[in-house]
Amino acid sequence: MNYLINNFGYVSQLFGQHLQLTLVVLFFSLLISIPLGVLIVHIRWLQGPVLGILGVIYTIPSLSLFVLLIPLFGLGTTPAVIALVSYAQLLLVRNWVIGLITVDPAVIEAARGMGMNSWQRFTQVEFPLALPMLLAGIRLAALSSIGIGTIAAYINAGGLGILLFQGVITANNEKILAGSLAVSLLAVGSNYLLRFLEHRAETAVRGETR
Amino acid sequence: MVKQAPAVSSTSNESGVISSAEIVCEDVTRQFPNEPRPAVDHVSFKVAAGDLVVLLGPSGCGKTTLLKMINRLYEPDAGKIWIGKDEIHNLLVNLLRRQIGYAIQQVGLFPHMTISKNISVVPRLLGWGRERIADRSKYLLELVGLPQAYLTRYPRQLSGGEQQRVGLARALAADPAILLMDEPFAAVDAINRDHLQGELLQIHSKLHKTILFVTHDVEEAFRLADKIIIMQAGKLVQYGTPIEIVTRPQNKFVEELVGTSNMLRRLSLFNVQSVLEARSSQSFEQAVSKVGQTGPAVIHPQDDLRSALSMLLNSGGDSLKVVDQHGQPVGQISFNDLRAVLVENASKN
Repeated sequence: MNYLINNFGYVSQLFGQHLQLTLVVLFFSLLISIPLGVLIVHIRWLQGPVLGILGVIYTIPSLSLFVLLIPLFGLGTTPAVIALVSYAQLLLVRNWVIGLITVDPAVIEAARGMGMNSWQRFTQVEFPLALPMLLAGIRLAALSSIGIGTIAAYINAGGLGILLFQGVITANNEKILAGSLAVSLLAVGSNYLLRFLEHRAETAVRGETR
Repeated sequence: MVKQAPAVSSTSNESGVISSAEIVCEDVTRQFPNEPRPAVDHVSFKVAAGDLVVLLGPSGCGKTTLLKMINRLYEPDAGKIWIGKDEIHNLLVNLLRRQIGYAIQQVGLFPHMTISKNISVVPRLLGWGRERIADRSKYLLELVGLPQAYLTRYPRQLSGGEQQRVGLARALAADPAILLMDEPFAAVDAINRDHLQGELLQIHSKLHKTILFVTHDVEEAFRLADKIIIMQAGKLVQYGTPIEIVTRPQNKFVEELVGTSNMLRRLSLFNVQSVLEARSSQSFEQAVSKVGQTGPAVIHPQDDLRSALSMLLNSGGDSLKVVDQHGQPVGQISFNDLRAVLVENASKN
């Protein structure tokens, strides 16, 4: 514990880097997965191939994906973000699509019958009703990004993985412990916060709160 | 997803406001892929503004498909549909739909919106002011017989019958001249259905909307309809008033569907008033003179003869006293009158 107390500033800095990496990954993941999900909900035959490809990407071991990206993007955060965004796609797109296709068809029919255009249907009906599933996907993607993100330290993307790698190389158990604690804190905290949002969205969809 | 035909053509109606609530279908046909026959097969009819017309037929007869072509949830493969002066494909589809109320069996309320938000969807789409929307919502809730406190509730907190009332209020929200209803009461229990039918009739007599109402329930059709369209296998088999359909069924199918030999149904088509009127030309004096001798059971002129029969049997007497809404006796009705109605109408066949 001494290491953590003596180097609290440094650990906090790495914690911040890790959090930032996760947020950047989530941002770009959502930027891709939300339109992609809408697309494959409307063009049904794309669902199989798209989810299949995302599934294959998800099975590539993280270290090898990072290394594969180095010739193209060099070292640093860029290849790390690209790899983590690719991983997150499966979790996000799958949940988002399930959320969208499980919206009650009668509700959609009513919305169309009342003269909502497709944008109004999306923003006023489909999005809010599919939001709990999307948030569940965001939670899974955040947790997996935090976990796999530690390995990104190997390609100079920074973050709490640095402590783990350094600790392993120098046989410094204090460092490993500090890194693990910090990653766990980040993961548990994110999980708690996103769980809370998910719950809020669920009760709103069920129409049980004000 | 349903394919959308081009929204505007060269003869587009500039304002997009429908000119009247008359609906005309001309040779409307719709074939679904991989189906042996068209779901709707060259159907033509005209619904006068203000009429409540019921589309009646067994499941798969095409009545719902036909209804959904009027607000363009389905597109016809051939034929034309006119609302007032406009062929509906010359109107912008969403503007058309905002002028047509739509209620469906599953109700389809938005679960994440309060009742007030649900009711005001179309007014909000039309850009009404907040105050106007609030006033309208209160009026509508009253119209469908729900307490104002429901405005802040969510659909899940309401019973099935209450939800369908909200569905009706939502369909009426922007005061559309036309209302399309797709088996709206089919999933509601019998008591609530009876109430809802009564309320729909009241609303119709008060607001004079053109209503197209789809059902497979013959009783419901006869109770509600000004006119009935009977469909079979995509074709329009008969279009007429309930009395025409019972007394002159077009074919065996109609006969069996509506049970034209069902005497109780015949009685339900006539009201007490019609008997009094028919008789007043002949023996008015005699009828009034007998009023004093009838039992305590009373019936109103607007009640149907089926209720009259039921009350007669219940009362144990030979006749009922007919009183107007102020309780003033206006005549009486007996078993013989009921029999006369049945015989007279049977002879028209």
